[in-house]
Amino acid sequence: MMTFKGRIIAPGTVTAKALVSHGGLNTLASFQAALQFGDKEAKCGDQNNPDLFGQKMAGAALCLPQTIGSTTGGLVLYCACAMHRQPACMLFSKPIDSLAAAGAILADVWVDDIAMPVIDSLGDEFLEYVKNGMTITVKDDGTVEVEE
Amino acid sequence: MSMILNEEEQAILDGAKGETMAKVMETLVRYGEVFGATRMVPVTSEYNHLVTSFGLKAMTAVYELMDKILEAGVASKQKFTVDPRPLDKNVPANFLQSVVFKLFMYTKQDSYEKQLERLGLLSDKGFSCTCYMDEVGNKPKYGDVLSWAESSAVVYANSVIGARCNRNSGIIDLMGSIVGYVPEFGLLTDEGRRASWVVRVNTTKKPEAQLLGSAIGMKVMEDVPYIYGLDKWLGENLDDAACTYLKDFGAATASNGAVGLYHIHNLTPEARKMGESLILEGAQEYVIDDAELARVKAEYPVMWKNPDATPKLCFMGCPHMSLEQLKTMTVRVERGLEASGKKKVVIPTVFTAAPGVLEEFEKTEYAERLRATGVITSYICPLMYMNNPLCKKMPVITSSNKLRTYTTARYYTEDEIITQITGGTIK
Repeated sequence: MMTFKGRIIAPGTVTAKALVSHGGLNTLASFQAALQFGDKEAKCGDQNNPDLFGQKMAGAALCLPQTIGSTTGGLVLYCACAMHRQPACMLFSKPIDSLAAAGAILADVWVDDIAMPVIDSLGDEFLEYVKNGMTITVKDDGTVEVEE
Repeated sequence: MSMILNEEEQAILDGAKGETMAKVMETLVRYGEVFGATRMVPVTSEYNHLVTSFGLKAMTAVYELMDKILEAGVASKQKFTVDPRPLDKNVPANFLQSVVFKLFMYTKQDSYEKQLERLGLLSDKGFSCTCYMDEVGNKPKYGDVLSWAESSAVVYANSVIGARCNRNSGIIDLMGSIVGYVPEFGLLTDEGRRASWVVRVNTTKKPEAQLLGSAIGMKVMEDVPYIYGLDKWLGENLDDAACTYLKDFGAATASNGAVGLYHIHNLTPEARKMGESLILEGAQEYVIDDAELARVKAEYPVMWKNPDATPKLCFMGCPHMSLEQLKTMTVRVERGLEASGKKKVVIPTVFTAAPGVLEEFEKTEYAERLRATGVITSYICPLMYMNNPLCKKMPVITSSNKLRTYTTARYYTEDEIITQITGGTIK
């Protein structure tokens, strides 16, 4: 087991299986089809992201460097949370970007019945170590445990 | 919370203007604190710009939040423009597509537009991603602080106009305008506007704006690039042609990466004013030549089921075309038809532009000439049009790298597009 310590953007604890993107997550491109057409598993629709394209994002511990793309990104993430199609948690190796931060905070402040822990600044070594399917546990102090 | 708020801001946060306003302030303060903001600064632009223009059922949570804001009576006094409408009856759609659009996707469009009016929509013509164009009327001044969203508009306002705006998300854009303050961090600060990348454009001809932007966006991601070599092709004045080029270039940097600001040596306002002092020590370097652009283009995935399918539709104008661009493209289509011996375009083609730009275009001789070629004009957002399973299956071509990124549309350079739609042969 490896442990990483990051910064808490949205608090919470959770255990889930890792889904890893080594490139930036384009939030609009990834979630738009799932939100519009009733895909409760939120399969990633971003053709430019070979790590995630077609993978189920809902309920996964999404491990990524940052998000990119359209400034609808934050509200798309907020809607994914409101529709209960959000990842179990979002774990950023880099400092979080403004769109992902907006989505995480909007969901935390305005959506009552969900918790999506968001941790950033976990370091490049986090993304180098974690692989799809590994078990991730997020603790309430921003510690992230990764087990094979 | 570690941000230092003034008396008014603190009172709002403490609930002096009600629970909804307190939550709006909490959202902004938490958002700013993530990025190390120590204070809020006033929004100084005359108008705001919102990214959310579409009445999608999937966005119900957004409309409910906006209802809360309206019910609490805290809507902003700052009027705003908003991204383009998703539908236009002028744009070709078969029966099934029309049904899907009206009955399944944009079922909230009418009610959402009423909501936008109540929230302070500038006018019925205020629907465009290119709000900064003279014909639309939402052009901030150099140094203005904005609470905008829409990645292509933000990168343009920062880079070409010299206004100051972070890459805000939808909803955050509205909240900053409601409070009248935004957290000061990133592109609002002098330090945040300095470049951590030096890009050298060494191409043998003027690079395609949307291809060059894509290459730079994918390389620098959210960082600020300082770009040498483009002044050779664009000149040193921000005339209509240069602004049009930078509009398309910037949109590609923002959608293929996450660029919110770029500096062009000798051309964009801050580069002209501060020059190379904008470049951070230890900045990384990226050299772009013809081979690099060819590599980037060749790596775009083709998302069509049949890569050899005949295109059924062509979109140009994501982001919306300028008046100058509509005129130039009219001439290029005419010349293409002349060369191929055809009278009208052979692929249904839509040029999209802001309602105000289209209105001005209609006053010129070019409008009739473009109509004669068979090209349709529309105020639609091509991206929203393409966002459904039916259009996804359609072989659509585009010169927009933003549209390529978010949909199954296939990217071609402008020359290649002109050749295809006019029935010529791609060499």
